[in-house]
Amino acid sequence: MDRRQFFRTSATAGAAVGAAVLPIRHAKAAGTKENKEFIGVLVDTTRCIGCRSCEVACSITHDNFVPDIKNDNALEQIRDTSDKQWTIVNRFKTEKGDVFVKRQCMHCWQPACVAACLVNAMYKTKEGPVTWNGDKCMGCRFCMVSCPFDIPKAEYHSWNPRIQKCNLCYERLREGKKPACVEACPTDTLMFGPKRELMEIARHRVYSHPDKYVHQIYGENEVGGTGWLYLSAVPFSQIGFRTDLGTTPYPEYTKQFLVSVPLILFGVPALLLGLNELTDRKNKLRESQEWTNPGAENE
Amino acid sequence: MNNTAVFTSEFNRVFKFFLQELKPRGKWLTPFNVISIPIIIAGLIILYFRFVYGLGSVTNLSQDFPWGLWIGFDVVTGVAFAGGSYVVTFVVYVMRNEKYHSIVRVTVLNGLLAYVFYAGALVLDLGRPWHIVNPIIGNSFGYNSVLFLVSWHFLLYMIAMFVEFSPVIAEWAQLEKVRKFLSALTLGAVIFGITLSILHQSGLGALFLMAKPKIHPLWYSEFIPVLFFVSSIYAGLSMIIFEGTISHKVFKHLIGEGSHHHYDEIVLGLAKGAAITMFVYYFFQALLFIHEKRWELINDFWGYWYLVEVIGFVLIPCFMFAYAVRNRNLGLIKVASVMAILGIILNRLNVSVIAFRWYAVDHYYPSWEEIVVTLMVISVEIWVLRWIVTRMPVFRNP
Repeated sequence: MDRRQFFRTSATAGAAVGAAVLPIRHAKAAGTKENKEFIGVLVDTTRCIGCRSCEVACSITHDNFVPDIKNDNALEQIRDTSDKQWTIVNRFKTEKGDVFVKRQCMHCWQPACVAACLVNAMYKTKEGPVTWNGDKCMGCRFCMVSCPFDIPKAEYHSWNPRIQKCNLCYERLREGKKPACVEACPTDTLMFGPKRELMEIARHRVYSHPDKYVHQIYGENEVGGTGWLYLSAVPFSQIGFRTDLGTTPYPEYTKQFLVSVPLILFGVPALLLGLNELTDRKNKLRESQEWTNPGAENE
Repeated sequence: MNNTAVFTSEFNRVFKFFLQELKPRGKWLTPFNVISIPIIIAGLIILYFRFVYGLGSVTNLSQDFPWGLWIGFDVVTGVAFAGGSYVVTFVVYVMRNEKYHSIVRVTVLNGLLAYVFYAGALVLDLGRPWHIVNPIIGNSFGYNSVLFLVSWHFLLYMIAMFVEFSPVIAEWAQLEKVRKFLSALTLGAVIFGITLSILHQSGLGALFLMAKPKIHPLWYSEFIPVLFFVSSIYAGLSMIIFEGTISHKVFKHLIGEGSHHHYDEIVLGLAKGAAITMFVYYFFQALLFIHEKRWELINDFWGYWYLVEVIGFVLIPCFMFAYAVRNRNLGLIKVASVMAILGIILNRLNVSVIAFRWYAVDHYYPSWEEIVVTLMVISVEIWVLRWIVTRMPVFRNP
């Protein structure tokens, strides 16, 4: 290998190393050793009366569209959260009568939107809320494609669109207050606290009223666990929940691919350089000459 | 003369030469110009509305369909068609197969322009495009994101392809020393480029891995990245055949008579490669079909649609390629390449748009504005391609 070729080889290898800026970080949520626990909210849908105070409180707190809950008859149809409203309440007609269900970001333990975001604009804070940072977001909307609950919403009619979703009132939490919706709820449907405690309360309610509740806590394991937990008297598929999402945290689906990246990034250049060397015609010629030489000293 | 003076005079010469070359040549009223100029003007007007009043003012995007034609066709499909560049550079520079050397320059140029324009069309779709530097300059690295990887690899691969193509520019500007230096970088750029291509061709598929509950199970599998990579090989080869057919008509005067016969041999070789890779791709689809028990899903509209794609636009063109190579039927090869190209468009649009939220009541379909802007992107690319091939030594043998 002459000098020039050596440089060429090392330049290629160097370039490959330079590109290897992709250490795989495991989703931050898993095993943090900090004392802070992830917080969440328990929603007991059997208690909700559909007053929609939470919608109003949320919109006032975040300067969004405040619905006219007395006159707009919004419960007549099934709605979705939007870029103007971070939370909404739907009414479902079920075998056990009308059930009201609040909908907002679930604040997953390992959020797909955070794993999707290439600029860390979607961010899982160490307290638990998933927040959005407009100074970083480039508006690719990959979070919207990835979210299993279809929560992030884009402002399509703005020259400078934001991604709108519930942030669990992160700014209020830092002041030591509860989320606005929890504070506004008149029926104790919403309960705020660390997920561990909420799970205990939820299980206690199910065990002490086994006929009242279905024996499932939505959000305990769904998509790897979520910050918001739901109790229900009827199967969750009847009140607008997707029950086919599985219990695998969504970032896991891309992990296999991301893990193979360094393998390809280093393996392929090595293979290609080797191939290139092997197919070198000059080498081939030199060898064939040596073979035909009468170099029989060894024998 | 000292060095500075030499450099200055050389710089002035190149600069003047460049200005002179910028002037248009040839007739203005060609059919292509008559069609493309109104499209480009209309596209620019639409883009004005898009950037002032937001994406919603010109596109049919919604909260349920955040990605439409601009991502599904321009970026995801356009990049697959640029795959020919890494395949041909692999064959010529790594495997040292001289047979295909004469098409390297035009293929790399096509690939480079495809990335600049189609991947560049991403900017039109970004809500806040001025933040596009964020994942690059390092104030916020989202390592966990597949899109982070894809965006970096787009950028690096564009640089690699520019390096591969740069000797042509140097030759055109008559900078012999620069050309020699740049030529020495080619192998490194090629190897780096192939690696990046493998990663981001498959990465484009990996973008949809987290959309599991939203993509029809016939199109979703954990192997989307592998399928995207394998299909990008024959997508690229078919595109070279297709583009070559057109440019051998349009740029006949640039190519020279002698190479036409030689070119037929090249097309036969490319078609053979396409047939083999298509069969591998089909075989993989068949394995998935059995492994995931997809026959349970086959007896409805989506099942038939899936069969149209996999049988009609993969298996049939695959056999057409194979048959045509055996009988040296160049006409059939061209038909097969068009069908393979349609198959790729179908596949990429199925994954990203058509079978995405197949259960939705109000399904997305592109607005006329989105289609015009897409046509504008293609037109501008062809303008730039035409400008370069009529000036730089792209078709002449290196």
